[in-house]
Amino acid sequence: MIYLAIVFLPIVGALIAGLFGRFIGARASEFITTGLLIIATVLSWVAFVRVGFDAETARVPVMRWITSGELDIAWSLRIDTLTAVMLVVVTTVSALVHVYSIGYMHEDPSRSRFFAYLSLFTFAMLMLVTSDNLLQMFFGWEGVGLASYLLIGFWYTKPEANAAAIKAFVVNRVGDFGFMLGMFGLFFVFNTLNFDPLFEATAQAAGKSFNFLGYEVDILTTLCLLLFMGAMGKSAQFLLHTWLPDAMEGPTPVSALIHAATMVTAGVFMVARLSPIFEYAPTALEVVTLVGTVTAFFAATVGLVQNDIKRVIAYSTCSQLGYMFAALGVGAYSVGIFHLFTHAFFKALLFLGAGSVIHAMHHEQDMRNMGGLAGKIPITWAMMLIGTLALTGVGIPHVAGFAGFHSKDAIIEATFAAHTPGNFVFWVLVFTAFLTAFYSWRLVFMTFHGKTRAAPDVFKHAHESPWVMLVPLFVLAFGAVVAGFVFAPYFIGESYAEFWGKALFTAPSNHILHDMHHVEEWVYWAPFLAMASGFALSWIFYVQAPWLPEATARTFRPIYLFLLNKWYFDELYNWLFVRSAKGLGRFLWKAGDGAVIDGTINGTADSVQWTTGRVVKLQSGYIYHYAFAMLIGVALILTYFLRSLVMTGGAGQ
Amino acid sequence: MNLTTTPILSIITFLPLLGVLCIAFLPSTPAGDRNARWIALYATLFTFVISLLIWLNFDPTTADFQFVEEHAWLGPLRYKMGVDGISMLFVILTTFLMPLCILASWESVNHRVKEYMIAFLVLETLMIGVFCALDLILFYLFFEAGLIPMFLIIGIWGGKRRIYASFKFFLYTLLGSVLMLIAMLAMYWQAGTTDIPTLMQTEFPRDMQWWLWLAFFASFAVKMPMWPVHTWLPDAHVEAPTAGSVILAAILLKMGGYGFLRFSLPMFPLASHELAPLIFVLSVTAIIYTSLVALAQEDIKKLIAYSSVAHMGFVTMGIFTFTHQGIDGAIFQMLSHGIVSAALFLCVGIIYDRMHTREIAAYGGLAARMPIYAFCFMVFTMANVGLPGTSGFIGEFLTMLGAFQANTWVAFLAATGIILSAGYALYLYRRVVFGPLEKQSLMNIADMKPREIAIIAPLVILTIFFGFYPAPLLDVMAVSVKNLVMNYQAAIGQAAAVAAQ
Repeated sequence: MIYLAIVFLPIVGALIAGLFGRFIGARASEFITTGLLIIATVLSWVAFVRVGFDAETARVPVMRWITSGELDIAWSLRIDTLTAVMLVVVTTVSALVHVYSIGYMHEDPSRSRFFAYLSLFTFAMLMLVTSDNLLQMFFGWEGVGLASYLLIGFWYTKPEANAAAIKAFVVNRVGDFGFMLGMFGLFFVFNTLNFDPLFEATAQAAGKSFNFLGYEVDILTTLCLLLFMGAMGKSAQFLLHTWLPDAMEGPTPVSALIHAATMVTAGVFMVARLSPIFEYAPTALEVVTLVGTVTAFFAATVGLVQNDIKRVIAYSTCSQLGYMFAALGVGAYSVGIFHLFTHAFFKALLFLGAGSVIHAMHHEQDMRNMGGLAGKIPITWAMMLIGTLALTGVGIPHVAGFAGFHSKDAIIEATFAAHTPGNFVFWVLVFTAFLTAFYSWRLVFMTFHGKTRAAPDVFKHAHESPWVMLVPLFVLAFGAVVAGFVFAPYFIGESYAEFWGKALFTAPSNHILHDMHHVEEWVYWAPFLAMASGFALSWIFYVQAPWLPEATARTFRPIYLFLLNKWYFDELYNWLFVRSAKGLGRFLWKAGDGAVIDGTINGTADSVQWTTGRVVKLQSGYIYHYAFAMLIGVALILTYFLRSLVMTGGAGQ
Repeated sequence: MNLTTTPILSIITFLPLLGVLCIAFLPSTPAGDRNARWIALYATLFTFVISLLIWLNFDPTTADFQFVEEHAWLGPLRYKMGVDGISMLFVILTTFLMPLCILASWESVNHRVKEYMIAFLVLETLMIGVFCALDLILFYLFFEAGLIPMFLIIGIWGGKRRIYASFKFFLYTLLGSVLMLIAMLAMYWQAGTTDIPTLMQTEFPRDMQWWLWLAFFASFAVKMPMWPVHTWLPDAHVEAPTAGSVILAAILLKMGGYGFLRFSLPMFPLASHELAPLIFVLSVTAIIYTSLVALAQEDIKKLIAYSSVAHMGFVTMGIFTFTHQGIDGAIFQMLSHGIVSAALFLCVGIIYDRMHTREIAAYGGLAARMPIYAFCFMVFTMANVGLPGTSGFIGEFLTMLGAFQANTWVAFLAATGIILSAGYALYLYRRVVFGPLEKQSLMNIADMKPREIAIIAPLVILTIFFGFYPAPLLDVMAVSVKNLVMNYQAAIGQAAAVAAQ
């Protein structure tokens, strides 16, 4: 019952606000959706304690869905520790974002619609994380995609917002293409899409092969890679990442909820949920690690030079998701999920903090027009500081630190323990930690410190946000400080086994969680050093010697432009896919349908008309009389003909 | 009412003709026109309500034909009607959409109202007849005669290029029909009967199956329409009045798919088996090709018409996977498309009635003035994209699930359709509904009226309902589909055994 309430309260809110918003008013819509979400959050934490600490698991059937032959899919909720972790992440951040939005969106005339979308998103996300089969997960998967599309394009009069919304949806569909094929394959091999029977059957399929697209390939490797393609789309991983920065066109609370804390982590959740399958596909796991590592590095490099405050955080999100995948790939599923958990707090904090800055600056997002805001909006500044400390992973090894320290450093240790070739994953991630510290502090320094570059009247009117926006920041800041050291023992430490129960699967040969706690001493200090030097360099660049960034950009201009233009992916894709698809469509229409097919048909028709001697003038407008008469004639003749045929045929027998 | 003895299928088939009789005696005055509308509405509504009795009394546990009626007619030809789990739902779909069509034409059709209503009622009779007929010749008559009212609807009440469109429509479909008729005569000579259930048990020689299959294919492929004989459809849709487009997309196209399921698969299993690759190639081409073409369209109706062709590609692909999921999916896709495409054309009609243009570029920013419309159009756009939670998803998913079992390449290529459909559907929505409201002509455009809401609301509800709970439809067809698949497999197995000897 409690589980049903958690999942379905948000959709109740969404329906009320969406369908009746214009009758009950914006204020009522806000209170109803937010109130229901807060209830769901409280229930989620209750569920979290029950499942995580009292080891309760549950399956709640809801109703039938698709039955066709051997395929039997039902709507039902699967409650285990993995679900419970996601429940608290999703509902907590969502509830805080709802509250925050009451302040942030207070001038917008279509607030009811906004809150309906937020709650709709939350429902879809909850369906995703509670699913008991792959198809329901796909439902949630596409549902959050829909909500994301609607919310990115919320300000639908802005052309950029519309373009970004479509881009997000279509790029995600590319990932879903893989997800769907993966599902088809799983059903083809195992005759089911329900998790329990699937997980039982996968061990036997390890190492076996089947024919896919004419090639004999390993079953589990192929299917895991196809499914992972879906994860790459949703979690904006390298090659399918292009939609995420553009998604920042949406209102900032949306960025915090969907494009930082929850939806984009769905891919991470999916791989963790399917750990019983991925564990038997080592090659697929290597790809997961590789993609995660490359994304972490790539996104961080781009983040170094962006000037839009939200885009910096967006690339940071992309990069941190890469960390999570790197952890999953080396078999440290719980470590990846732990980072997902802590990241939700501090990244939502950073986004909402950025929203507070934007709010103060009257919708200015370019950091080149900021600076010196610390004195103007001190609370926001303090909150952003906490978020940055958590993101960069500030903490003292073996003692304690901010949330990101516990989870991110654990990932780095795990990748070291995994002994990838040349330890390259480890080194890349350590270096990325350095980049992370650099761009994060760059953001803080450019926004809050130094002399202001804002227009004088904007700067003069910069004001602290109202309490309804600040309180969610406090809650998230609290999480960003304590979520790491409080929960580390359960997620990745000594209480690991009791906490997770059977929610995550590790093969008997997988000892990564043990090994990562027994690496050499210097490994613990490597990320600490990277983080500290990143901070130091950033301080030199943006506080000590503010002329340095420009000089550097000038000296290394090609590299600077390459990073500023995001490695030119947008240009490449636009040319390769978007324009070619449109061009091809036009060509097929004019040349294929027009010239070839219709040309042939019209030619035939013309010659028919010519032989009939143009008895009928097409322009006369009475052509249908002729057609009518002709058809009736044809019908009569045929009937007569048939009848005689049938008569003789009958007589012949 | 005892339905085993009541000829309920004949009643619903010919009930619309009763309406025709009443309308025919009305005077051609404004009052007469008004009465014609009401009579047509009542006739179609009444037919719909009665048709629901069929669903209520339908026994989903048997694959046999139900509510069978049989009478002597024209010498050895027999008048035989009946439905099974495959055809019954199409009957309901037809009767369900007809009242909506009449309502959709309420204000937009103002000249020759009587004749218009008569054409639609006659069309309803013929369409129901197609799905109920259990005799080859009877089927043929209903199937072909349906051309006439549709031809007239496009030709008289259509747009500027209606003559061209109606002739293209007519020529295309007639060409296929002639071949089908010859095949039917050949079947009669071979089997000595035109009784469809008997013919389903008849084993035609392999070579003959090929010719018969190809002849039927010629007719059904045009009706579907399959690539490359699809080019009549966009023209016909563009010129047809709204209700004509609705019937064309929702019902007439389904006759092709229904034909494959009723004739090609059960009667010519060997040919179906051997020619399935042809269908796969054409289906996948349709999905990719027409989706790309849809991307380039500048006319709203044309875009939706092309997307229809792509969606029908999933149907033919699903049918010829010969798997339970594939065929379930194909039938479901047809029913869902019947609802969704009807709704999309109705949505186009709503703005066409206000602006009298179908040009995409003439719109933009409707969301600001028409929030209800924007919501409904969004639901149908998402169903068209195949979003889970809408009826559009179930069919696409099941057909591709079946296709993967038949051939991974087919599933792989068809799945690209989900990317392309997102592209063209959202691109359309963006250009029409989103964006700034800048065009002077749109400044005073009004949102949906109660009559329009009454038409669209049931479709919104069904689209979402069947997306979450498709069981009522899937349960009806389950046994019939299972039977179809089993018979097919038995025939193939037998042929393989013979070949092995």
